[in-house]
Amino acid sequence: MTLGPIFGVLFDGVAYGMLLFLLSVGLSVTLGMMNFVNLAHCAFAMLGGYVTVTLINVYGWPFLATLPLAFLAAAIASVALERTLYRRLYRASELDQVLLTIGLTFMSVGAAAYVFGTIQQPVQTPSYLRGSIGFLGASFGVYRLFLVGVGLSITLLLAFALEYTRFGAQVRAAVDNQRMARGLGINVDLAFAITFALGSGLAGLGGALAIEVVGLDPAFAFAYLVYVLIVVSVGGLGSVGGSFAAAILLGVTDIAGKYYVPQVGAFLIYLMMVVLLMWRPAGLFGRR
Amino acid sequence: MDRRSILSGAAALALLASSGPALAQGTVKIGVIMPYSGQFADLATQMDNGIKLYMKQNGDTVAGKKIELIRKDTGGVAPDVATRLAQELITRDNVDMLAGFTLSPNAIAVSKVSAEAKKFMVIMNAATTVIITMSPYSVRTSMTLPSVGATAGAWAYKSGVRKVYTMVSDFAPGKDAEVSFHEAFKKAGGEIVGSVRMPMANPDFSAFVQRAKDLNPESIFIFVPAGAQPAALGKAFAERGLDASKIKIIGTGDAFDESFVKNVGNPAVGIISVWHYDFNDDTKLNKAFVAAYNAEFKRNPDFGSVGGYDGMHVIYEALKKTGGKTDGDSLVAAAKGITFESPRGPFQIDAQTRDIVQNISIRQVTKVGDGLRSVVIDKVENVKDPGSAGKK
Amino acid sequence: MAVSSSAAFDPNLYLQAQTRWQPIEYAFWAATLLPFLLFPHHLVLASQIAITALFALSLDLILGYAGIVSLGHAAFFGLGAYTAGIMSKYGWGDPFVGLLVGPAVAGLAGYATSFIISRFRHLPLIMITMGLGFLLLEAANSAEWLTGGSDGLQGVRIGPLFGRLRFDLWGYTSYAYSLCVLFLVFLVTRRLINSPFGLALRGIRENPVRMPAIGAPSRSHIRTIYTISAIVAGIAGTVLAQTTSTVSLGVLDFQRSAEVVIILVLGGAGRLYGGLVGAIIFMVARDQFSGIAPQYWYFWIGALLVSVVMLLPNGILGGLARLTSSWRDKAS
Repeated sequence: MTLGPIFGVLFDGVAYGMLLFLLSVGLSVTLGMMNFVNLAHCAFAMLGGYVTVTLINVYGWPFLATLPLAFLAAAIASVALERTLYRRLYRASELDQVLLTIGLTFMSVGAAAYVFGTIQQPVQTPSYLRGSIGFLGASFGVYRLFLVGVGLSITLLLAFALEYTRFGAQVRAAVDNQRMARGLGINVDLAFAITFALGSGLAGLGGALAIEVVGLDPAFAFAYLVYVLIVVSVGGLGSVGGSFAAAILLGVTDIAGKYYVPQVGAFLIYLMMVVLLMWRPAGLFGRR
Repeated sequence: MDRRSILSGAAALALLASSGPALAQGTVKIGVIMPYSGQFADLATQMDNGIKLYMKQNGDTVAGKKIELIRKDTGGVAPDVATRLAQELITRDNVDMLAGFTLSPNAIAVSKVSAEAKKFMVIMNAATTVIITMSPYSVRTSMTLPSVGATAGAWAYKSGVRKVYTMVSDFAPGKDAEVSFHEAFKKAGGEIVGSVRMPMANPDFSAFVQRAKDLNPESIFIFVPAGAQPAALGKAFAERGLDASKIKIIGTGDAFDESFVKNVGNPAVGIISVWHYDFNDDTKLNKAFVAAYNAEFKRNPDFGSVGGYDGMHVIYEALKKTGGKTDGDSLVAAAKGITFESPRGPFQIDAQTRDIVQNISIRQVTKVGDGLRSVVIDKVENVKDPGSAGKK
Repeated sequence: MAVSSSAAFDPNLYLQAQTRWQPIEYAFWAATLLPFLLFPHHLVLASQIAITALFALSLDLILGYAGIVSLGHAAFFGLGAYTAGIMSKYGWGDPFVGLLVGPAVAGLAGYATSFIISRFRHLPLIMITMGLGFLLLEAANSAEWLTGGSDGLQGVRIGPLFGRLRFDLWGYTSYAYSLCVLFLVFLVTRRLINSPFGLALRGIRENPVRMPAIGAPSRSHIRTIYTISAIVAGIAGTVLAQTTSTVSLGVLDFQRSAEVVIILVLGGAGRLYGGLVGAIIFMVARDQFSGIAPQYWYFWIGALLVSVVMLLPNGILGGLARLTSSWRDKAS
């Protein structure tokens, strides 16, 4: 028996979805927790990407070793920004938060163009991650298998942490009802700071992993913001499971659309998003 | 200080002051309009580098006048912004000519301004046929997609291919490439087994490359624009394992550029690109050009660089011919029919159409030493744009 | 300081006080004439600032006053622009004719969309508007036979104003035209905002659930203001097409929608002049920055936005209002 092309398409879609999930989960949880609109989220992803590129091209690090660094760099940057700028705007209007974070994104785009130039960053992935594996007639890209593996592991880690650790319980409480959580003595600010760092770190990791699939240049911070927002809104704010489902759905729709109906492929995601949001405005797994 | 020295000092000052405006009249201002930021920033960078290199090598004085560049950013495809920038350059900055133009919509919009204000306009990259007809003061130093597509179509048939599946990006240059390739290939007797237009946004080509692979055609023709897409395309190729020895893969040179080859690696051997320039071209002039470019900018030049470089050469030569006169009529008359040897090979501005006439080469990716290079395997000489060739 | 409590609570007197023109408003509009004298070489830029200001004003109607954040408002801007452009291709190039039909088409689209818009709030609303904007962009890209696709609309032939004044490259006609249109539309919207309808909108912005309870039909008010906003955005798009004789997909894209939101928030939403102030500051800054650093100006614009947020909360006008009121408090 051979698998039809649809399996290849589904697999590619799921792999792409994993990438979107890594890029989006942080934003979903922090938006759900503190209602802070951080549109600079993809700038952190871009930072992770550039860290990886620099470590590989300038310092000769192996690809896998750079991934934790990408995560850390983005997490640290987010902590720094949170302490200095974001903290002052927790009580501000959402529009002001939008303006601040968009301004920061602009700055990151300009800075990236200045430091790294406008060129597409070339990254040679190690040979064991290249090529594809044939299985029952369908070919599965090795790198995409790697992506799926990383994505699933992180999802399981996050789900486990949320469900079975005390910190996870605090995060869930803060997302559900911030005031009550504070009233119960939970240090919501600390929980938020840690969650924010984690989420941004994951975005950085996503950015580093994305280079091989979609490339890296200074415009990355904007280009992916739209997709991340789609995942977050379709999935439901504050929900890891929602982000996961929405990301997979989006990835599969995009890839399948491009494969089967290339003329309309690109805008199938938007159509799907509009329809889904009209049906469930709070997102697939959202509350409210 | 005695009176005489004060008087002579004053006289000297008066002389200097009076020569001030004369010096100012000795400047030629060129307004350069390109998308320095945004999606096409890298192509603009390469073009700008070409301009800078030419000026470095040839000085900034021509026909007794100093060349001054004023750069403006359109941010991407923005004909209304490009129109305004051109208008301001002319009314506010008093430029004598307009240059640059990476993107066709912007070039088309500015052509109207160039025609109205009667300013010489040098199109250094935009590749749509119709642009050159929109202002009688414009010349083009880049290439046109229809000329490349038609050449590729005819050559494909000549090389033995009878069935082709085409994949192009879904915007005007892509459609130009597709239509011209189809026409030339079918005219020669070949059959187009299928075609697809890939959306410009979100360049993840895996689905399209997979589909092409599943269809298993005899040959594939591809066009994607320079920038982020060739690298992404390369990655998709590497991942899907598209085998150039089983399927003949033909594309335009901007799709199969350096970043593409780097990303595909060894499986790229055998891939054919049809284009007017590649930094690997083995002529003395090109080798010198590439070496100078490497030294100055630490990267390899591409067709954008050579478009900017040759564009400046056209400007300098035209100014020399007019003796420094900068009105549109004199300059365009001087530029018509210009021929010279460029790093890309023979270069000519057609005296009738003001469009570029050049050789288009067929190159194949070959293993040279321990690297991969695009090596010329065939050449079509003096190619004119098929659209404008028939018109004025 | 005695406060006449009955006067403070009478909505009609409140509205009357609001409709009175403040001296600073006279100064502002007088200042818009300055470019003719002081910056005669910048009139084309001034014209585009006026158009952007008008576009921002249209967004303020829904964002500032009704609380609807739209990331797809360029759809109506673009519909106005394309309608005017396409009409001019087929011989209907007179600016005033375009000014009638372009906004009408945009308004129709706005009316149709308003039925969807009025049913949602917050994040889903923002994303739906964004999604609809993208869908329209794709449709325009595909309908190449009509829109010219990514090359832009070809054959746009805008007639001269009053049969005599061409929109030339010097910009006098363009700026005069854009400024007049901006001013006239501004007068109308000012009247609209300072009416009972406007008050109801502000109530809906604060608490959409309560409003029907006191007799203001939330949904239909939202539909009305959304349609009006679409018409005004359509006017701005039409004027852009007419003064530049170019229409391309850029009038419909996400970047234009996002930019107008940034401009409005920068200036201060809900203050009628916020969009105008934001447009002036943003576009002048962008023009200057991109002249100085064509490749890196994003950085400086970003720095400007960040500084404004940190120093002047609620936009420039919001921050200024706070500063002046705190000075006034200190003075009294």
